[in-house]
Amino acid sequence: MGRAFLAILVRDLRLAVRRRGELTQPLVFFAAVATLFPLALGPERELLARIAPGILWVAALLAALLPMDRMFRSDYEDGTLEQLLLSPHPASVLALAKVIAHWLVTGLPVIVLAPLIALVLHLPANALGVLLATLALGTPVLSLIGAIGVALTVGLRAGGPLLALLLLPLYVPVLIFAAGAVDRAASDMPVVGPLYVLGAMLILALTLAPAAIAAALRISLS
Amino acid sequence: MLGSTAVSEPAPASIPETPPLVVQGLCCVRGDRELFAELDLAIAPGEVLQIEGDNGTGKTTLLRAVCGLAPIEEGRVLWHGLDVMEAADEFLGALTYIGHTAGVKRDLTPIENLDTAIALTRAAPAVDPESALARLGLLALEHTPLRQLSAGQGRRVALARLLVIPTTLWVLDEPFTALDATGKSLVETMITEHCANGGLVLVSTHQPLALDGVRVHHLRLGA
Repeated sequence: MGRAFLAILVRDLRLAVRRRGELTQPLVFFAAVATLFPLALGPERELLARIAPGILWVAALLAALLPMDRMFRSDYEDGTLEQLLLSPHPASVLALAKVIAHWLVTGLPVIVLAPLIALVLHLPANALGVLLATLALGTPVLSLIGAIGVALTVGLRAGGPLLALLLLPLYVPVLIFAAGAVDRAASDMPVVGPLYVLGAMLILALTLAPAAIAAALRISLS
Repeated sequence: MLGSTAVSEPAPASIPETPPLVVQGLCCVRGDRELFAELDLAIAPGEVLQIEGDNGTGKTTLLRAVCGLAPIEEGRVLWHGLDVMEAADEFLGALTYIGHTAGVKRDLTPIENLDTAIALTRAAPAVDPESALARLGLLALEHTPLRQLSAGQGRRVALARLLVIPTTLWVLDEPFTALDATGKSLVETMITEHCANGGLVLVSTHQPLALDGVRVHHLRLGA
């Protein structure tokens, strides 16, 4: 089972490297959305510092949503998804490998770029650590929940817009707790509470989402 | 050996034991249209069941239903006497399905595709991927991404799975699509060898099969 998990993870990372053009899309989108705000609101330092946590998280959420649609699309089209479901290994484990690969390619780069964008938005320096912590806990949750929606809509021709409508409400709790934590850190308030909630969400998503993804894929392929 | 809808060649005088793959009273619908109903079939070791029928009569659906991919409205599929839903582990371990879409990645090389396929199974590979690809005429191309190969060569990479992964039951949906004459006869040889080793083959194709010394049953859908 470990070998199959690793094989899918490596395969998806290798495919991502071979399609480098798609790699940069979420990054550019994240940077573009976040920098629209100073352009629209003016470079006033206090105002930007005040709303930076929200902007950063909304931008990260949209950047996570943008490439979500592609998670199972090509596997569905070329028939390799059928082969995954016909493997004697549990489909949930193989699906988890795909989600992790997808997060490494789309979520992790956003975390790496976040400090730079935080600087542009004058996010107080004492909130930077918490911002990275919320992104590290929160973006995998977005990928895991998103994968369930993608698995359900992969067989539909116009799945993209439907997917956004389906996922945005589900992303709200993550957004509230994550942006809230960064906001609290910026005003020197304790942040342990929301971070624990985010951690709990991640563990819950890691445990329950793979089985839901596998079930949704079976429905989409039938 | 076969149900009422099937036209089979002369049946053996006695059936020694229950065939490994048995389908009982299978009914599949697509949308609100019934594709087939009350379908019975069985395949014994060393036998081929060729499924024929016009477009839209449910050939692919039948194959996918046997594999557990398409929903079954009524009836059941038995593998060694056990429902495949209950004995999924043994059944999937014994099954190689090559579908309408080949199930290979165009951005990966033939070797990488086969390595992934091997990792997804539990069994050790029967032959190494290089020799399987060599047999399918892809000797110098094993490190060329499929994107740069032709459709027929991509199909051959998918078919190489049959050689590499040792399974009893082959389910092949139009395996000759995009293949040239030598490719077709190569696949026929592979099927013949598989049957000589006691394998089972469920294949949908319109083309006549040239299989030496193999018992071929025919099932015509939509007739």
